[in-house]
Amino acid sequence: MLALQGFGGVLAVAQRELVDRRGWLTREEFIAAYSLAQLLPGPNVVNLSLMLGDRFFGWRGAFAAIAGMLFAPLVLVLVLAASYNRLSDYPVVAGALRGMGAVAAGLMLAMGFKMLGTLRRNPMGLVLCALLGLATLVAVAVLRVPLAWVVIGFGVFAWGLARWCIARQERQS
Amino acid sequence: MTTAFMLSDLPEFFLHFLTLSLLSIGGAMSTAPEMHRLLVHDRGWLTDADFTTAIALAQAAPGPNVLFVPVLGFQVAGLLGAAAAFVGILLPSTLLSLGVSRWGSRRRDTPGVRAFTAGLAPVTVGLMFSSGWVLALPFVREPAHRVGGIVLIAATVVAMLRTRVAPIWLIALGAVAGALGWA
Repeated sequence: MLALQGFGGVLAVAQRELVDRRGWLTREEFIAAYSLAQLLPGPNVVNLSLMLGDRFFGWRGAFAAIAGMLFAPLVLVLVLAASYNRLSDYPVVAGALRGMGAVAAGLMLAMGFKMLGTLRRNPMGLVLCALLGLATLVAVAVLRVPLAWVVIGFGVFAWGLARWCIARQERQS
Repeated sequence: MTTAFMLSDLPEFFLHFLTLSLLSIGGAMSTAPEMHRLLVHDRGWLTDADFTTAIALAQAAPGPNVLFVPVLGFQVAGLLGAAAAFVGILLPSTLLSLGVSRWGSRRRDTPGVRAFTAGLAPVTVGLMFSSGWVLALPFVREPAHRVGGIVLIAATVVAMLRTRVAPIWLIALGAVAGALGWA
């Protein structure tokens, strides 16, 4: 069910269900799982559902989660592929797709705003977090650097930086 | 002009997707150029237009974008092709993720894993805003849909932050608004 609601924003739906509505995960846990899912090869949402399925229900849960995430959309997209040429002529269909696209954009932005709160307790401090977040935004959205380079480059840098900050805090306390 | 796909091509086809799976950091879409090289350029199983259609369809339809891979497989070799491409692209990355995730959660309190979680959080939040921005851009750019699109985007953000409404209702609302020509 989570999957069909996705529409380019599966992630936002997963966050809403698992964190806001059911409370299975905190925002911090969600963002940690998603960071890892993003860094590993494979589709982010698939990796994420796999990890969460595994965490709560073991490997059977993991495979149930990806099957659930993929099966209905797969059938739908294959049906669409088979009938694409006929459907694309209707302006109503194009309009509906456009409307859903706008909502998908809103869902993604809203999730970004929600996750901002998790950075308050980050050991790197707010200023460094803001700089890292903004640099990522500029690299991906403005400069259009390929996602893989951003995730690996900024990821390794941020990991080193966070290690240094955590070590410094532990020396002080 | 396309070349017919033979059943004897299936192992090569499957192997290609198995390899790409481990290279697909940041999502399957990052390996699309490599798939294009094999399917369109080297082997001529698909035309350029077929390839673009597969990607557009998967992006427009609900579900993760990785679904463009089975669509490509379907275009090349029907349901068998779809199955080979999809299992190929998912199996290696899935096993790797499962292993790494278990390894990481056993070491959750070590400095290395804690630094990973803390360091990646702002990058991930930045990426969420980037995706939102990239998805919103077509509405900002196109004067015909600008006002309706922006109103719909803003209404969605407010509804998600201020209420507990499930996203499916917002998406349905977006579809209705779009079909009526408001967005």
